[in-house]
Amino acid sequence: MQAIFQFISDHQLMIYLIVLMIFVGVELIGKVPSVLHTPLMSGANAIHGVIIIGSIIVMGQAENLFASILGFIAVFLGTLNVVGGFVVTDRMLEMFKKKK
Amino acid sequence: MKLSILDLIYILSAFSFVFGIKLLGKPSTARRGNTIAAVGMTAAIVGTIFLNESVMVKNYPWIFGALILGSIIGTLMAKRVQMTQMPQMVSFFNGMGGACAALISIVEYDHFLHHTASSDSARIVILLLGLIIGSVSFSGSMIAFGKLEEKIKDLHLPAQQVINMVVLLAIVGLEVGMAGGYLSNPAFIYLILGLSLIYGLLFVFPIGGADMPVVISLLNSFTGVATAFGGFLYDNKVMLFGGILVGSAGTLLTVMMCKAMNRSLTNVLLGNFGSGSKAASAGKTITGSIKEVSASDAAILMKYSKKVIVVPGYGLAVAQAQHVCHELEICLEAEGVELKYAIHPVAGRMPGHMNILLAESNVSYDKLVEMESINPEFKTTDVVLVVGANDVVNPAAKTDPTSPIYGMPILDVEDAANVIVMKRSMRSGYAGIENELFYSPKTRMLFGDAKKMMTELVNELKASA
Repeated sequence: MQAIFQFISDHQLMIYLIVLMIFVGVELIGKVPSVLHTPLMSGANAIHGVIIIGSIIVMGQAENLFASILGFIAVFLGTLNVVGGFVVTDRMLEMFKKKK
Repeated sequence: MKLSILDLIYILSAFSFVFGIKLLGKPSTARRGNTIAAVGMTAAIVGTIFLNESVMVKNYPWIFGALILGSIIGTLMAKRVQMTQMPQMVSFFNGMGGACAALISIVEYDHFLHHTASSDSARIVILLLGLIIGSVSFSGSMIAFGKLEEKIKDLHLPAQQVINMVVLLAIVGLEVGMAGGYLSNPAFIYLILGLSLIYGLLFVFPIGGADMPVVISLLNSFTGVATAFGGFLYDNKVMLFGGILVGSAGTLLTVMMCKAMNRSLTNVLLGNFGSGSKAASAGKTITGSIKEVSASDAAILMKYSKKVIVVPGYGLAVAQAQHVCHELEICLEAEGVELKYAIHPVAGRMPGHMNILLAESNVSYDKLVEMESINPEFKTTDVVLVVGANDVVNPAAKTDPTSPIYGMPILDVEDAANVIVMKRSMRSGYAGIENELFYSPKTRMLFGDAKKMMTELVNELKASA
């Protein structure tokens, strides 16, 4: 319990940020026409690919083979998430160009 | 406090994510929004590699190797995928993100064991939460992917809910044990990994194929949350920011999808669609007879109409009939017929699925009309052509309180003068209920594969022109 309180007081700003971001996320999506739900989901999917930054840090610090291999796979999978996510979203949205 | 260039890049990246999502909410700006978020992401990645002052980043060859390999494969996959397979592609990429989060936690735990003497239970809790949520998201997404590819069937275990509960409790128990220092053997982390993967499987297996969009959206927000835990772990604000943003937006999106189907999230997750009310509605039999129509008669009926509305559904997507559908539109417009498409929010496999498919075949965006705007127009419509849709045009949703879909907003096609329903057979739709629309005196059935029948309609129109 002590540790948890300590943790909260150490990360106050982060916790404020979380609370605020939850509302921002809800507000941003609230007024979107259902037509765009799929591209939006796909775009959001690409954005959580920011996890790749964690995997780059892991890979960058890796000192043994175990960490190197897992780190390499993590960076690879993270890249798939980011690149694939943005490209797929772009392909979907390409379709929404006004015709004629 | 020193502000490094990297911090500045992270702030701009975080801004690009919010702004990107904001722009994604409008059809005219959506593509730009996606590009902006992608640029922000690239900046954050490049910055992390080269401008990191707090952590010395080494192993450049490994990092670049993985980045290049991932970019090539990711781009190829995303470029090659068929438009009808978009939902499973999103699910696949989401799973990759989840796996990435899980791997980070495992390596970080190993690092932790070697470098930290005192146990920091709050850090372990966060690390394990990232591992658990990431793994559930990974295995769940893979099952969702398999189901949409129709490689995996629905599976109901006996006492499913009990098993799920036991697995979940075991995971929570292990997590508490490890964080509290009661379980000191590092091998327990693999037990948590295994159980989380199994939980992901159990979680998605019983959910019906047609509910997969909701599940993918939910798993998407799971990965967002796992990312946020990663951000906490590294005190990295852009990860935290992006993760929470997706977590909360994804959750709301999930709820909105459920609402469009008039179902609660619990109902979807338990995978027991309509099982409670099936018995009640079984007693009601629909009287009336079915009238079939030939493609040539249907074509003539439409040719001499003033206004035709097409209602596309999952059958159109399965048959890949979107291109020939656009051809039909051109033929009818050449005859002076006004043609529009009525898009139900849950038509197809994902919200917006029909729009993407039709847009792919060059149907103009303003011809696709959403349910609220098109419903009053059916009264002045001569012919409604329902292509492979069923539950979204079932009047029982309005008239029969015992029906499992009662209360779901539907397209009021029965207001039109004539209804032509294109369907492969009399088999009921996803909800497994009869549709009295098919027995209405206004309705004629055109049995056959959507693409084949559409092509016949087009040929008939061309021949008679």
